[in-house]
Amino acid sequence: MSIEVKNLHKQFGSFTALDDISLNFPSGELVALLGPSGCGKTTLLRIIAGLDQADSGSVILEGDDASATHVRERQVGFVFQHYALFKHMTVFDNVAFGLRMKPRKTRPSEKVIAEKVHRLLELVQLDWLADRFPSQLSGGQRQRIALARALAVEPRVLLLDEPFGALDAKVRKELRRWLRKLHDELHITSIFVTHDQEEALEVADRVVMMDHGKVEQVGTPDEVYNHPETPFVYGFLGSVNLFHGRVDDGHLHIGDDVIHNQGENYEHGSEVYAFARPHELEIVTDNQQVNGLSAKVNRVLSFGLNSRVELDGINSAAGQHFEVELSPQRVDELSLTSGQIVKLVPSKLKLFHRDSINKDSLA
Amino acid sequence: MSTAITDTSLKAKPSDRLFKWVEPTKFEHNVATRENKWIKIAVISMGLSFFALFLLLPLIAVFSEALRKGFGVYWLALTDADALSAVRLTLLAASIAVPLNLVFGVAAAWAIAKFEFKGKQLLITFIDLPFSVSPVIVGLVYVLVFGVNGWFGEWLVANDVKIIFAVPGIVLATIFVTFPFVARELIPLMQAQGKEEEEAAVVLGAGGWQTFWYVTLPNIKWGLLYGVILCNARAMGEFGAVSVVSGHIRGQTNTLPLHVEILYNEYNFAAAFAVASLLALLALVTLVLKTWVEHRADTNASAH
Repeated sequence: MSIEVKNLHKQFGSFTALDDISLNFPSGELVALLGPSGCGKTTLLRIIAGLDQADSGSVILEGDDASATHVRERQVGFVFQHYALFKHMTVFDNVAFGLRMKPRKTRPSEKVIAEKVHRLLELVQLDWLADRFPSQLSGGQRQRIALARALAVEPRVLLLDEPFGALDAKVRKELRRWLRKLHDELHITSIFVTHDQEEALEVADRVVMMDHGKVEQVGTPDEVYNHPETPFVYGFLGSVNLFHGRVDDGHLHIGDDVIHNQGENYEHGSEVYAFARPHELEIVTDNQQVNGLSAKVNRVLSFGLNSRVELDGINSAAGQHFEVELSPQRVDELSLTSGQIVKLVPSKLKLFHRDSINKDSLA
Repeated sequence: MSTAITDTSLKAKPSDRLFKWVEPTKFEHNVATRENKWIKIAVISMGLSFFALFLLLPLIAVFSEALRKGFGVYWLALTDADALSAVRLTLLAASIAVPLNLVFGVAAAWAIAKFEFKGKQLLITFIDLPFSVSPVIVGLVYVLVFGVNGWFGEWLVANDVKIIFAVPGIVLATIFVTFPFVARELIPLMQAQGKEEEEAAVVLGAGGWQTFWYVTLPNIKWGLLYGVILCNARAMGEFGAVSVVSGHIRGQTNTLPLHVEILYNEYNFAAAFAVASLLALLALVTLVLKTWVEHRADTNASAH
């Protein structure tokens, strides 16, 4: 089932949680709502479910305006961050709950319910836990039970609110893969909220980036990661180096340094922010080199697949820190020493007009 | 997670929980934390003698005074027509006040813990009013409102409805005085539990009553029972408010505590203590029940 939200606005006192949000979630997709805490992603999810009410705007489920439809008639499945399993019921009773609450006319018999519950428990690979209580399960198991419970009523959409947020890193990684697999089997339209960029990029078909109650960018994981449209998205997805500069004659000037051939499309004298990912910077040790930003080597971290070089800004960039990712061979070639002055030359640089940027979103 | 929630909820209950978590022996075995032997003896004996003097002794006195003239007299005092009528009235008042306060208390706690509305803080304050105001004032207020010379006095007399110096007044006063017990017990418990489980139930298609019956109630049942037990103890033992509105008509508007007072004022000590021993027994039963409920809630919390 497709989900559409139109011009949603939600205010909590003086805090704007959602600021005129319009989005379309096509049928059968797994979409991640990604953003820092307080960006409005959970509020949006709860409004789609009907657990919260928007101040204005509408929620359209499968073409019908559902804004006035009661939660229990929206046929959504909701998975909570802290599972919200019924503590006093066994796993079986938890999963059966939705079916048993149906009106007598549409309620299946206990036998049918039992069959269905066991099928669902097999789906989440926890059939052997049917008689346990939630407190006897691990966090990962609880969340799988919560998912089975949500699926029992055959919801038209599945909404997951930070489903792996309360789990430890290893379990989170397993469940991520497992959720993706499950979605590929069921093809139910799903939206999940997360603040973990890795999780969003790894699991989702599409990512909706949110900040301060606004949508920053919508796209496939590849699009948002490799072609960020806003400084916020750039800064939020992965580590990034930020330079303040001015474009003169198609060159980027940062203090006394020049980076050649950047910002051709910018007017003479434009103030800009420039972004480069750590792997998009090259280190040049040749003192005669004119092109590049001067920086002082601080530390070289050589473990893992790639080595990282931490540098401190000097001159106009004093107080700033930069990070460059290089192959270990390249680091050996350079034989950097702490305190050495080098030039940073970006292989790729993304510029944004300075006045187009909300200062907070760079934090 | 679930245990963490129940733990906070249990903190609301005054009990000997401290001793369950902090093992005293741990400090005793450690030279660095061990206290001087004499301090230990002094503190323990102070506590014990206080308990013996102010709690145990009076309790023993009640029973020994009651049985001083033998079991026959004791039995006669209890089976006296006026005493039996006082027992009946006390049971009646409690059996009306407790269920009503159970419903009010659950409703108030539900509203406060699960919803946001204007005047919530005011409501919480009002729930505590019966605890903060002297019961005698409560009685007087009822006399002012429903008495012959009160606001509704004329209308009540004209329609031949008797509230003051009659059973309805006693029931009203009892309800007022015992109002906070259930609500006070449930509010912190329900607040600590949050509303996620209820939300989960509603999303799964459960109606309001189904959600309450299958999700909320099982989660609060031990706290609720605890509140009801305390509410009942107070309802049966209430003296001040009931004394003002009752009129002390023997065999008609006398509750157990009032009956004790009357007998005592008539220098009928054996009978007064015999009836008092009933109330003391009630207190003991309440304590046993309370401990049992706490124990159950505890094991429930650790099992779930």
